[in-house]
Formats: sequence, C-alpha cells, structure tokens
Amino acid sequence: MTAAETMTEQKMIRFEIYRQDDLDSTPYMEEFEIPYRPNMNVISALMEIRRNPYNKKGEKTAPVSWDMGCLEEVCGACSMVINGSPRQSCTALIDQLEQPIRLEPMKTFPVVRDLQVDRSRMFDSLKKVKAWIPIDGTYDLGPGPRMPEKRRQWAYELSKCMTCGVCLEACPNVNSKSDFIGPAPLSQVRLFNAHPTGAMNKSERLNTIMGEGGLGDCGNSQNCVQACPKGIPLTTSIAALNRDTNLQMFRNFFGSDQEA
Amino acid sequence: MAENREFYWRRLHSLLGVIPVGIFLIQHLIVNNFATRGEQAFNDAAVFMEGLPFRIFLEIFIIFLPLYFHAIYGVYIAFTAKNNPKRYGTFRNWMFVLQRVTGVFTLIFVTWHIWETRIQAALGAHVDFGMMEAILADPFMLVFYIAGVVSTTFHFANGLWSFLVTWGITISPRSQQISTYITMGVFVALTYVGVSAILAFV
Repeated sequence: MTAAETMTEQKMIRFEIYRQDDLDSTPYMEEFEIPYRPNMNVISALMEIRRNPYNKKGEKTAPVSWDMGCLEEVCGACSMVINGSPRQSCTALIDQLEQPIRLEPMKTFPVVRDLQVDRSRMFDSLKKVKAWIPIDGTYDLGPGPRMPEKRRQWAYELSKCMTCGVCLEACPNVNSKSDFIGPAPLSQVRLFNAHPTGAMNKSERLNTIMGEGGLGDCGNSQNCVQACPKGIPLTTSIAALNRDTNLQMFRNFFGSDQEA
Repeated sequence: MAENREFYWRRLHSLLGVIPVGIFLIQHLIVNNFATRGEQAFNDAAVFMEGLPFRIFLEIFIIFLPLYFHAIYGVYIAFTAKNNPKRYGTFRNWMFVLQRVTGVFTLIFVTWHIWETRIQAALGAHVDFGMMEAILADPFMLVFYIAGVVSTTFHFANGLWSFLVTWGITISPRSQQISTYITMGVFVALTYVGVSAILAFV
C-alpha cells in the first residue's frame, strides 16, 4: 500500500459494542471505528480500541473491558456474543464478519464489566458433580485399571470442553428463572464416569445430577450441540446420562444396598 | 439428595404424558371416529363408554389426575424456559417452543372441552351426537375444536419424541432423527383420525 493510498482511503472496521460499567448498571451501546489491518480478529480490534480509546464520535472513552487467555480457542475465556452468536472472540476473524460487528457480553452470566462475564457458576458446577478422578490418598494405590484405546479416543472428544459457557448461553433452560447447571458439566459427568478409575464414583455423580438444577431440567431444545465451538456431542451425552440416571433411579429404589 | 425431587417429578411428567394420558388420547380419538360411520354408530359407542364399570374411578385415575398433574407441572416447565428461536432457528429449537405453546393451548382447550361435555353431563346434559353437532354448528367453536385437536396430537407426538430421549431409549443422533420421522408420522395419523371425526359432525 502506498502512502497516498493510506492517506486517501483507510479502510475502517465498524463496531457496535454493548457496554456496562458494573454488575448492576444499565447497559448502553457505543460505536467504534478502527483502522483495518489484514488478518485481524475481534481481540486485536479490541486491543486497538484499548490503545486508542476514542469512540466513533471522536470522544475519549474508557477502554472496553474483556477477558482473554490462550488466543487459540482452548481456554474459553474470551467468549462473547458476536453478531448474535456466542463464540470465542479469538477465532472470530474480522474478514469473515458482517459489519457493523456487534459485540455483547454473554448475559446468561453476571456481567463484570462490558464484555467480561463471571463464569464461576460453571466451575462451581464442576465441583458439585466431582468432575475429576479421585486418586489422592495416604499411600500409593498402585496403577489403576487400563482404559481401552478406543474409549480413550472417544473420551478425548468430551475432554475438549473448555468451560467457555457458549452452551449455557444458547440453552433456553439456563436462565434467571431456573437453576439448571447446563450441558457442559453434564457432559463432564459422562466423561469421568467413562474413565475406568472415575467409574468407581459413578453413582455418586449420577445421584448429584439427579438433584437440584440437574439433568431433569434439560428440555431437549438441542441448541447446545449446535452452539458448541468444540463440536462436543452434548445432546448424545445428555441422552446417555438419561439412561444412566434412570437405571440409577431404579437401582436406588429397588436395588440392594450393595449396589452403591 | 432427598430434598430436591425435581428429577423425579420430571420423569413422572414424561411418563404420565404417554401412559396413561397419551394412550387415553388415542382411545378417545378412535371412539370419536365412530361419528364418521353415522349418528347411530357414534351414539352406540358413547353409550358403551358411559356404561363402563367403575367409570368414575377410570376417569379419576386414568384421566383427570395424570392429565392435570401433567398439565400443571407442564405450565411450570413452559414458563421457566426463555425461548430463543430467533437466535437459534434450528428445527429442534422450534419444536421445543411449539411443544410449550401447544401444551398451554391444549390445556385451555381440554379444560373447556371437559367443561362443555363431561361436567355438563354430570349436571344432567346428555352426551350424544346431537350435543357435538350443536357445539360444532358454531363456526368459531369448529375452528377452536380443530385447532385444539391439532395442538393436542402435535403435543403428544412430539412429546413421544422427547419421552424416548428422557427415558434414555434414543441416544444416538441417528436414532433421534429416525424417531423424529416416526413421531411426525404419528402426528399426521392421529390428526387425520381426530379431524375427520370433527368434520363428521358438520
């Protein structure tokens, strides 16, 4: 690009960003225009705004706040609603987005500031369902049972969940009127129950998701599986857990005390 | 664990929607269909159904209690959702919304229908071909009854789809796809049975 071209016709990228000063304040929309560079993503555009925090009208404004981590769609921190779809802003490439690019926070979660949300409830859910394999003890327990390679490959797909919150944002049953924990932690129950050592706590996890805000709250809209950026078969997990929890329900009622 | 029973209520809600309410729906629409064979055939069928032994117990335990548990709990389920078909216009999300809309409409229709027939019968009215003929002579009621039957058969057929998911029968996406086709076939078939009976009265 020659200097003359830069002077006459600098391509601009238009943004409409929904801002909110803190948890309880009223959201408002602010427009921005930033100079185009090749190969930008939404994060590099937000960095540009941070570097030069002037809105479209030329008024100086507070830089837009957002969350980010890995910048390669594995941490889930930079999720936001971009042109109406919840997704990661790191893999939202400017060249592929229709302008003006509308950025909103995922309002299913408490908004900390601007595009930054608090996803604590998801981490609390993972703790609640015990989405881990307990191996700690006071002495060496030795090696656990082996996992068949085929099952390991299958489980790897479920393990791609990055707790990004997109499936909760997409789910009509995750909202302020319901305490549904959402698809992500449910699918983690299936993952850890499939592990040969994790399976030792299978009934405990199943009983937990048969409680408050658990599996029963799913309404089968199947938005989660459409929205998941990692292509995790969330609705297959939910249906499989339906079968497991039903068997657990009958076992709890009719079964013997041995079948923990 | 014991304090929250929502999981079990949901399972009961799903079960009762099919057994006995769904089974009763099929039986009811089939018996109605006697109307297509003429006034006498319908009246004979109505007299037979009215004369079933222990009728009031059958009505209470096979119809009213399961039906109204399913309906009232269903209204709670419908109003805890925050529908978003504009953002996610997928087939399944639309079915999710329609299941809730038809559920509420079916409750209104069925309640009106029970008032107009069963409660009137208890108050001394005679339920026969002539009664339905008189009700459906009003064009508004004709439209209301057709809409009510279509809403009910849709809610039942699509509910059968989610019954299969809720009870862990259809897990794979492929089995869920095939059960969509089958349950929509059930919808079309039952709608034919129900609507052709209504049209026999006009």
